[in-house]
Amino acid sequence: MISQFFVLSQRGDNIVFRDYRGEVQKGSAEIFFRKVKFWKEDGDGDAPPIFNVDGVNYFHVKVAGLLFVATTRVNVSPSLVLELLQRIARVIKDYLGVLNEDSLRKNFVLVYELLDEVIDFGYVETTSTEVLKSYVFNEPIVVDVARLPSLGPAGIFMQGTKRMPGTAVTKSVVANEPGGRKREEIFVDIIEKISVTFSSSGYILTSEIDGTIQMKSYLTGNPEIRLALNDDLSIGRGGRSIYDYGSSYGSGAVILDDCNFHESVHLDSFEDDRTLTLVPPDGEFPVMNYRMTQEFKPPFRINTLIEEAGPLKAEVILKVRAEFSSSITANTILVQMPLPTYTTRVSFELEPGAVGNTTDFKEANKRLEWGLKKIVGGSEHTLRAKLTFSQESHGNIVKESGPVSMTFTIPMYNASRLQVKYLQIAKKAKNDNLYRWVRYVTQANSYVARL
Amino acid sequence: MAPPAQSQRSPSPSQPSGKGEVSDLKSQLRQLAGSRAPGIDDSKRELFKKVISYMTVGIDVSSLFGEMVMCSATSDIVLKKMCYLYVGNYAKVNPDLALLTINFLQRDCKDEDPMIRGLALRSLCSLRVANLVEYLVGPLGSGLKDNNNYVRTVAVMGVLKLYHISASTCVDADFPAMLKHSMLNDSDAQVVANCLSALQEIWSSEASSSEEASREREALLSKPVVYYFLNRIKEFSEWAQCLVLELVGKYVPSETSEIFDIMNLLEDRLQHANGAVVLATIKVFLQLTLSMTDVHQQVYERIKAPLLTLVSSGSPEQSYAVLSHLHLLVMRAPFIFSSDYKHFYCQYNEPSYVKKLKLEMLTAVANESNTYEIVTELCEYAANVDIPIARESIRAVGKIALQQYDVNAIVDRLLQFLEMEKDYVTAEALVLVKDLLRKYPQWSQDCIAVVGNISSKNIQEPKAKAALIWMLGEYSQDMHDAPYILESLIENWEDEHSAEVRLHLLTAVMKCFFKRPPETQKALGAALAAGLADFHQDVHDRALFYYRLLQYNVSVAQRVVDPPKQAVSVFADTQSSEIKDRIFDEFNSLSVVYQKPSYMFTDKEHRGPFEFSDELGHLSIGAESTGTVVPAQRVEANDKDLLLSVSEKEESGGPSNNASAYSAPSYDGSSVSAAASSQMLSELAISSVTGHASQSSLAIDDLLGLGLPVAPAPAPSPPLLKLNSKAVLDPGTFQQKWRQLPISLSQEYSVSPRGVAALTAPQALLRHMQGHSIHCIASGGQSPNYKFFFFAQKAEESSTFLVECIINTSSAKAQIKIKADDQSASEAFSTLFQSALSEFGLP
Repeated sequence: MISQFFVLSQRGDNIVFRDYRGEVQKGSAEIFFRKVKFWKEDGDGDAPPIFNVDGVNYFHVKVAGLLFVATTRVNVSPSLVLELLQRIARVIKDYLGVLNEDSLRKNFVLVYELLDEVIDFGYVETTSTEVLKSYVFNEPIVVDVARLPSLGPAGIFMQGTKRMPGTAVTKSVVANEPGGRKREEIFVDIIEKISVTFSSSGYILTSEIDGTIQMKSYLTGNPEIRLALNDDLSIGRGGRSIYDYGSSYGSGAVILDDCNFHESVHLDSFEDDRTLTLVPPDGEFPVMNYRMTQEFKPPFRINTLIEEAGPLKAEVILKVRAEFSSSITANTILVQMPLPTYTTRVSFELEPGAVGNTTDFKEANKRLEWGLKKIVGGSEHTLRAKLTFSQESHGNIVKESGPVSMTFTIPMYNASRLQVKYLQIAKKAKNDNLYRWVRYVTQANSYVARL
Repeated sequence: MAPPAQSQRSPSPSQPSGKGEVSDLKSQLRQLAGSRAPGIDDSKRELFKKVISYMTVGIDVSSLFGEMVMCSATSDIVLKKMCYLYVGNYAKVNPDLALLTINFLQRDCKDEDPMIRGLALRSLCSLRVANLVEYLVGPLGSGLKDNNNYVRTVAVMGVLKLYHISASTCVDADFPAMLKHSMLNDSDAQVVANCLSALQEIWSSEASSSEEASREREALLSKPVVYYFLNRIKEFSEWAQCLVLELVGKYVPSETSEIFDIMNLLEDRLQHANGAVVLATIKVFLQLTLSMTDVHQQVYERIKAPLLTLVSSGSPEQSYAVLSHLHLLVMRAPFIFSSDYKHFYCQYNEPSYVKKLKLEMLTAVANESNTYEIVTELCEYAANVDIPIARESIRAVGKIALQQYDVNAIVDRLLQFLEMEKDYVTAEALVLVKDLLRKYPQWSQDCIAVVGNISSKNIQEPKAKAALIWMLGEYSQDMHDAPYILESLIENWEDEHSAEVRLHLLTAVMKCFFKRPPETQKALGAALAAGLADFHQDVHDRALFYYRLLQYNVSVAQRVVDPPKQAVSVFADTQSSEIKDRIFDEFNSLSVVYQKPSYMFTDKEHRGPFEFSDELGHLSIGAESTGTVVPAQRVEANDKDLLLSVSEKEESGGPSNNASAYSAPSYDGSSVSAAASSQMLSELAISSVTGHASQSSLAIDDLLGLGLPVAPAPAPSPPLLKLNSKAVLDPGTFQQKWRQLPISLSQEYSVSPRGVAALTAPQALLRHMQGHSIHCIASGGQSPNYKFFFFAQKAEESSTFLVECIINTSSAKAQIKIKADDQSASEAFSTLFQSALSEFGLP
């Protein structure tokens, strides 16, 4: 049970504020914002998503640069409230198409209308976009997507793949198309976040894939959908330790450690033919979340060489090799490396002919940053950086720098090899303009090479 | 990613500075109010929007109330909604104006469109104006019977709102009973769920004053009700499922087979994508199997994978909430998670609150087989750019070293830290090396060699400095430079800001003096002189103490200050096991995230679903040992009403020094000493053994009594009830039984003035009742209100009576609630209890 709900902008302005029970003082938004702001300035890192000030519990999640906050005095279930906040954000996004400060400000009356139906007297009534549709009457004022930087997982499809109609995923579930008729389409996204830690000798210390099959349906009439996954998919690693990368590597079988499902999913035939059956509700939702620690081929190899070059100088050579098919291109790559604290200057040297590269030395936190617009499968890229120190390094430069971390997005690639074999929509009267999109994308979560 | 920064402060709802805008709005609203021009609704919408946006940013627009109400005569539902929102926000501060809205809201409550009916009813109940409650009863009554489920869900919450405005109106209109009926009969799952939420709130708050309500509240946990919900669980929304699971978590099944049935039924809830559902299910599993060690452990194994999946899917915030729970489980049963240690490795981009939890988990799961890898990983973090985490990592290595048998390799690493030449790393490592030496003196040679190379000038942090000084004093015979380093530190006495360091310096130089007198004498003199002149009281006192000790006799001084050290085997845990159990009982609540039991951070009326355990926990729990039980110690609970004055403490402590009684939880976090709690465990074990013994002797009595006629059937006087004077019951069982059993009798007695006079502290009554074979398990309070939990057992069988007794000395009344295994005997027991109570205070 919550007492208040509010959304704050990055500057701490109230965009919406709803008090459900009148148990918490009105100034709570200010108290909250000050606390979050000073948490960081006091050097304790980010404020945790849950904290207590004078008997009031504050919960918050960050979505699209906004703070979604709930307060309560009661000792509630923390995951319930955080999940709720996340879900409210998703419902709003379903309605507005795009969720950001601008769209929220333009549609705050609609948001109030939603909030009234989602929560009553602090208790959750429903977070289903589908159910809410019949209670909500405001029409969303759609903001111009093209001018906005894309946000959220949907945004990652905007680049690198021409097959996707870019605006589709930022379309409101209720707003009508300019053409009048709604387009019948359904999006299934397989989004994987990979974490790999390489030892200094390039050996994989840990690796994990956290995946989601996300669905967003714009189909009318709520048809049933069958989603078939790999035949050789298996779940659970039995009695074996989950870090026992056995002989499964390369044998083709996809073994998930564990997974969970959205409540609309029926698993009746999952055991036999790895098929999920569901009637997708409106709006965006995760059909299935999964986790895999089975060994997989990491998409990038990182090589770092550090050499002393005189008493106050050193040279760093960074090599990144893309170990995936040349038909695939990774984008928005960023390689970062903390340098010794006594580094004062860094000069960079790129390979001849390198395009779309940016290099930077962040003086404040002594970090080297190397950005690459894209990397084509099979290619290798090198950066040389010459470091100048303010003092002689007594110890080991290697110990004082690193680890090298990397972020990237690779569309149409998934490390787990989990696949949607087919997506079947139960019989519809007019099948003529029915669009189904199955898309894959892999992102780095924590991709680290130690020195 | 940041949204585009707006050049001006929020272009759409501009933020007016003065009152001009508000009065502007006022006149515009006036104009529109009367108009019936086409398209008027659109203009109204725009104006209403402005009003609401002002309201959102905190501008007081309550002066528009009249105009807003005038404009609300419309069929436009969007307009209506905005108007309702406005009215709900300001009615409380404008009760007179709120009356204006009653009319149109009541009319809307009868609208043909169920949507309008529902909306109007919700707004009507949201006015929060006490003198308008009379207008709510009618519409709520018809709302509860409405044929549309939307209206009914709204009406149910409306009843709860009414209860918060005026509890008596709500109860008098018999709404709780209507909700109960709907809860058990309505076809719509959301209506049912809302009824459950509302009733839980209403009955919990009524329970303190109304016997019936407390019975009703317990009835929610009865088997038929719980099964009714369980059987429909899939009809509920995921949120309502959480509610049901919370309820089931409190249910105490009577048979083992029930436990397995429930678990099998809920098994698939563990695969739910909503973390809240999964955690609520886990709580049920954990609670149900508490008394079945094997199954409980299987549950841990079963929930591992779903928890790990939740941690790695979803937003960082959600994963933090789940991780906190995983942390709790790991700390409770580290051995179960020892092979999963890699999941607790930190990722470079995780926020520090996540890393901290993970470091603690890594420390906990370290055992012989994984220590090497864990420590290697932790050493990587020690060079982390995030300095607080680097420190935590080093501490974690130290903790692992302290809990392992084979620390060889770890000591080497710690020594490497000392050579890393990062000041914070050195500082942390020094503190650890000191702790390590206290536990493993055999490593002194290796450590001393390294520590000796550290220049004390490079160490600034007081804790680290104190650690270094301690080592200099303790190992001065092995560290060649020790006296000279100490001497130079003493020379800078004035610049040393930390009293802790100065205290350590005094002690160290004393120890050094005993080992190497000629070299240290000068330094000692200087230190004592500086210490005596120190402005800090403790430093001054210690210097004076050492000085007089040395004056008196040097060898005595040595025995006092520098006795041979015994290796420390176990360092005290920071949190008592009582507190940890408490947090575990409150699984799936904020207690887990804050790592504190709920009473430490919530006020009484907001404890939510844990009232009972809190009630009991707030009182001191007196476990008993022999015959005479006097709670000698008292819990220092947070609540003022439980704090006893010092005189009372001494009074009760004085005469009963050798009675072994314990106050169970030490709530201020300073921990019950390990010895005391282990003693308590053995005590309990012993008393349960005696319990068995007395039971078996009872069985023999029974055997002998076989064939004898049973008690004479029709007894004119209450049947004679004999109580077992050595009855035994542990607090856990008491609590469980109290939860399980219905109230069989509830009465109010008068207490004699004599009794009132004698009741100066709860202890007095305990001793008295003890004489009547009625034992106290928990007590608390201070004049005029005292609260006791008693129990008694029948002499012939192990049938137990439980009593809650509240005595108010100013009204001289005692309220008692009796729960009994054998309910037919509760009348007789009550008589016995009353007569025992009436004798209280007799000389």
